[in-house]
Amino acid sequence: MLIKKPVDIKPSEITPENVFRNRRQFMKESSRLMLGAAVAGSMPSIANAQSSGSLKAPAPAGLVRTEPADWLKNKFANIKSAPDSGPFYTGESLTPYRDVTRYNNFYEFGMDKSDPSSNSGEFKADPWSVEITGEVAKPGTYHLEDILKPVDLEERIYRLRCVEAWSMVIPWIGFPLADLIKQFEPNSKAKFVEFETLIDAESMPAIESRFAIVDWPYREGLRIDEAMNPLTMMAVGVYGDYLPAQNGAPMRLVVPWKYGFKSIKSIVKINFRETMPNTTWNDLQSNEYGFYANVNPDVHHPRWRQDTERRLPQTLFSRQRIETRLFNGYADQVASMYGDMDLSQYF
Amino acid sequence: MRKLIKPLVFAGALIPFSILIARVFVYPDSLGPDPAQELAKESGEWALRFLVITLALTPLRQITDQVEFVRQRRMLGLFALFYATIHFMVWVAFLLVFRWAAIVEELVKRPFITIGFAAFLILIALGVTSTKSMVRKLGRNWKRLHRLVYLAAGLAVVHLLWILRTNIGEAVFYGALVALLLAYRLQRHLRASKPTPPKV
Repeated sequence: MLIKKPVDIKPSEITPENVFRNRRQFMKESSRLMLGAAVAGSMPSIANAQSSGSLKAPAPAGLVRTEPADWLKNKFANIKSAPDSGPFYTGESLTPYRDVTRYNNFYEFGMDKSDPSSNSGEFKADPWSVEITGEVAKPGTYHLEDILKPVDLEERIYRLRCVEAWSMVIPWIGFPLADLIKQFEPNSKAKFVEFETLIDAESMPAIESRFAIVDWPYREGLRIDEAMNPLTMMAVGVYGDYLPAQNGAPMRLVVPWKYGFKSIKSIVKINFRETMPNTTWNDLQSNEYGFYANVNPDVHHPRWRQDTERRLPQTLFSRQRIETRLFNGYADQVASMYGDMDLSQYF
Repeated sequence: MRKLIKPLVFAGALIPFSILIARVFVYPDSLGPDPAQELAKESGEWALRFLVITLALTPLRQITDQVEFVRQRRMLGLFALFYATIHFMVWVAFLLVFRWAAIVEELVKRPFITIGFAAFLILIALGVTSTKSMVRKLGRNWKRLHRLVYLAAGLAVVHLLWILRTNIGEAVFYGALVALLLAYRLQRHLRASKPTPPKV
């Protein structure tokens, strides 16, 4: 199929201008951070984080979790709460914590919705490394602690629309993907970003299942402009607390205007490349799952309609249906990336 | 003693239904955050299970020489229709919430739904012709019509396979059962049609 060329992104558009102009200074600072050296003074172009005293969606009372590493605990001490309006916030009812963390599609742990929470007991989110490869100035394998050092965590309340026609409203804790990408300085050949999930048969019991016909590891990808869009975030927490395994610990992508399967979990590899990457669901069933997977009520899945969605949790007799919106209601922030692309062809 | 068997089987066949009712009205949390989907899945699975059980009755009679198995065939077949009807009603009422234009479109445009609906229609035809008077009225054709139960079972398995797609374990299991039962029947049919050796 004819792939439309993405808009060329100049390197100067990827790196913020003040940083781009002070490259030497920024490189000195950030290479110190990359080597895990203690941060002595303040960092360039990082805004002050506000205290997390007033999160819009704090952790439910009495939540008992295993203690994370100290460095992660410290990051969570300073979270900027979601704003009162705008795309990072919605007034729609939040999906309760127990549904967010017990109704998941994470086939590495099993095919039922309750499997990821039941079967992820062996999963270890720490220590964690992410391999950065491809068209970047700073490839390498980085500890998550170092990747997170220069970023500030914020709370964002997004809708998440699954391709199975159900949806949730989830208060994520994370940071813009753009902030992560800038650390590694992609060059002009980086037109696409490719992500990979962890594959570990010991802690992910369903990987060796004979009946789940998925070719592991789980792979996803974005165009570079989609990756740099202010809406795109990397989440390290949910409901004011760090991510449980079943939600993609320790770090997962959240792309709220696309179907949920694009929001890849438990990322271990990020590759910057010139050509469109293969993605797991597109490889499995290309007539059903495309690369773009933009939420679209007018483009039906071959097996079911996409014009409405069941907002979870649902009650049986409520007859409530939500009309699905183009780009999941985030058209203002993302429609311009697709111009006059035929969305029924490039789904 | 023999008189207790039918009522017991009837009561037993109602147990899945009673559990579903209990889950809907007494323990709604047990259905999870997407109860419509869960209900559709459960009711569909029981329709298929009763279909397979019904298909197994004649082979069971032939293996054990117990006529009692075959005596339950009509009732258990009707229970397959019963659960299939619940499955269809859940789809109409809770998944498509009585949006009739959408319902018609789905029946026509989504192949896996068309196939499921075809299986349902076959079961209705078999249910309607299940009475003693119908057996008399249709005569020879009754047996021919009721052989369609194998088609219904095959369509139901494909319907399940098609909705699951990436987790084919369950569908493979039921498909294997149906294939086994069909093979057993076929094999008996072929043996029966062989000419009997002359008595010496």
